[in-house]
Amino acid sequence: MSAPQSQNALIRWIDHRMPIFTFMHHELHEYPAPKNLSYWWNFGSLAGIVLVIMIVTGIWLAMHYTPHVDYAFQSVERIMRDVNYGWLIRYLHMNGASMFFLVVYIHLFRGMYYGSYKYPRELLWILGVVILLLMMATAFMGYVLPWGQMSFWGATVITNLFSAIPLFGDPIVTWLWGGFSVDNATLNRFFSLHYLLPFLIVGVVFLHLWALHRFGSNNPIGIDTKGPQDSIPFHPYYTIKDAFGTGVFLLVFAGFVFFAPNFFGEPDNYIPANPLVTPAHIVPEWYLLPFYAILRAIPDKLTGVIAMFGSILLLMALPWLDTSRVRSATYRPIYKQFFWVFVVDCLVLGYIGANPPEGWFIVIGRIATAYYFIHLLIIIPLLGKLERPLELPASISTPVIGSGAAQPQAARMEKP
Amino acid sequence: MRKIVLTALAVAAACFAGSLPASSSEAIKPPSQSWGFGGIFGTFDRAALQRGFHVYKDVCAACHSMNLLAYRNLRALGFSEDEVKGIAAEYEVTDGPNDEGNMFQRAGRPSDRFKAPFANEKAARAANNGAFPPDLSLMIKARPSGANYVHALLTGYEPPPPSVKLMEGMNYNKFFPGGQIAMAPPLNADAVTFGDGTPATVAQMSKDVVTFLAWAAEPELEVRKQMGVKVILFLIVLTIMLYAAKRRTWAGVH
Ligand code: HEC
Ligand code: HEM
Repeated sequence: MSAPQSQNALIRWIDHRMPIFTFMHHELHEYPAPKNLSYWWNFGSLAGIVLVIMIVTGIWLAMHYTPHVDYAFQSVERIMRDVNYGWLIRYLHMNGASMFFLVVYIHLFRGMYYGSYKYPRELLWILGVVILLLMMATAFMGYVLPWGQMSFWGATVITNLFSAIPLFGDPIVTWLWGGFSVDNATLNRFFSLHYLLPFLIVGVVFLHLWALHRFGSNNPIGIDTKGPQDSIPFHPYYTIKDAFGTGVFLLVFAGFVFFAPNFFGEPDNYIPANPLVTPAHIVPEWYLLPFYAILRAIPDKLTGVIAMFGSILLLMALPWLDTSRVRSATYRPIYKQFFWVFVVDCLVLGYIGANPPEGWFIVIGRIATAYYFIHLLIIIPLLGKLERPLELPASISTPVIGSGAAQPQAARMEKP
Repeated sequence: MRKIVLTALAVAAACFAGSLPASSSEAIKPPSQSWGFGGIFGTFDRAALQRGFHVYKDVCAACHSMNLLAYRNLRALGFSEDEVKGIAAEYEVTDGPNDEGNMFQRAGRPSDRFKAPFANEKAARAANNGAFPPDLSLMIKARPSGANYVHALLTGYEPPPPSVKLMEGMNYNKFFPGGQIAMAPPLNADAVTFGDGTPATVAQMSKDVVTFLAWAAEPELEVRKQMGVKVILFLIVLTIMLYAAKRRTWAGVH
């Protein structure tokens, strides 16, 4: 990264008129980061890398893809068979979507564990949830494009949810479809929007990073940096740490792409879409399953739709629902346990979402849905008031003096 | 507090375990076979592919299309260019319109797609008691546990148990969802004569045709796995180097 005092005359010339190099030096090089960030802090930059991979592979796919009900399935198979390395591009994009959600979900739970959403990072958190919503919309529409059985029926089920809106439900659905069923018009607009939304995500990611750089990263101890002894420049320390994390991530990613490319997929999506044949089980992609479970847990359609969207939107209110002044769960012994119960609850919801709504699945789905909201709306606010947090260290560089339980913990945080 | 949480977890786990057998209306899980194309280093056995194509061509092609394949793709099975030309020329395909505006028949060429047995779905149903023989190009990818399933299906025909009332024109096969399939047992011993002298038992023909179908569904499989091994090896070296660099960079931070 070139600083303003660069040797290169061109860089100096540009920087004098538009200080972009000064800016980059400031934000990517000197940018002070807490020195105790753990590997959980790798997932933000990983998400950014996956976003780039998705956009690059997506643009390549779009060069060969045909958004028409009669040709979409065939054009995807042409990419798989006749386009040079087309299978690689498609499998990267397909599995990349799963990796994107995996990384972002870890990133998000990291934020919950360490209280990264609290003052002064509320807006940063809200922008994160906006990114998540945009990602879901993008992934949903992308899944429709290959025009297989799951594409078609998934699109039908999800768009039909809007018919639950009172009075205007049916006209809205017709408007979304551009016709009286999911058809060519729907496929065309989904392609158009699937191309557009990722660039909106890029925009919101910039805002997200802008907000991040205002106060810098939170850290595993959850207390603010108290001076230069607590922080280190982003480069080279975190660039190299992120690079190593990226290597590990790419290993996992490549494992799926080359050896189990259809692991996350549904076999039914290799059957061309057929409006006359309904698949036995219509399931969305795995990353939407918990929300699908919440939708189906509630017998009334409208309430179910509200609960499903509400379960995501509610996350935006987390900074205000959480009444505790301590950020990191490391110093909140009871919250720490509830955090893990919440993680398990989300996994259970995912499992329920993958199964037909019958027998025990209904009961468990309802309990898990109720618990999701109880955690966010009751446990989190109460816990902040009732729980007695452990003593916090004085600063990132100084371990706690004298306090029994927290000592080894805090000492261990010293050197990540 | 900790106790409450743990109890809640235990209850959740118990409910969970109790719920598992709930979805038992599915067909029987097909037994696993060992396939040469499975695993990290999997490849297709060329002889099996050629025998499998033979079975498809002589048996299955009477009812099932494979629209995504062209005759030229058969080069990948180890056929020579002339052999492929010969195979393609066995078929009459419709081409045109010619300069007079008429469609005409000509011998197939390697660039032609596999000729489908029926002109359209209606014709296929009319010839099969109303049932539609699906296209086989992607069959192995389009069913759960693809290769194992199709092998189990082809070799799994049995007389129906007394409790099952077969519908008109249906055959009993416990691996097919619902147990009743419109396809009569397609393979009978010695239905084909293999050029390489392999005895044409039902199990042998089934394994070979499934290998052929697996190739048809994933023609990139060998290239993909070979490239994957190289990519993974490269990434392992790169990641170790990055880890070493990270350790060195951070050595002075306390
Ligand atoms: C006489 C016509 C006929 C022949 C020959 C035939 N099939 Fe079929 N096949 C059918 C019909 C009809 C169906 C549809 C069955 C149904 O939906 O009940 C079918 C279905 C199938 C299915 C799909 C089962 C599923 O899960 O939906 C597979 C796989 C299959 N056939 C493989 C083969 C193979 C391999 C061969 C060659 C060895 C073959 N068939 C030969 C008529 C035939
Ligand atoms: C496209 C998706 C996303 C990208 C590219 C992205 C990128 C980043 C990056 C690079 C960082 C800094 C490194 C780090 O702290 O991990 C970061 C921080 C953060 N992100 Fe995201 N993010 C994404 C989605 C989300 C989502 C969905 C949420 C939560 C709902 C979220 C919440 C946060 C928070 C709270 C921080 C500050 C964390 C801290 O300092 O402790 N992000 N993000």
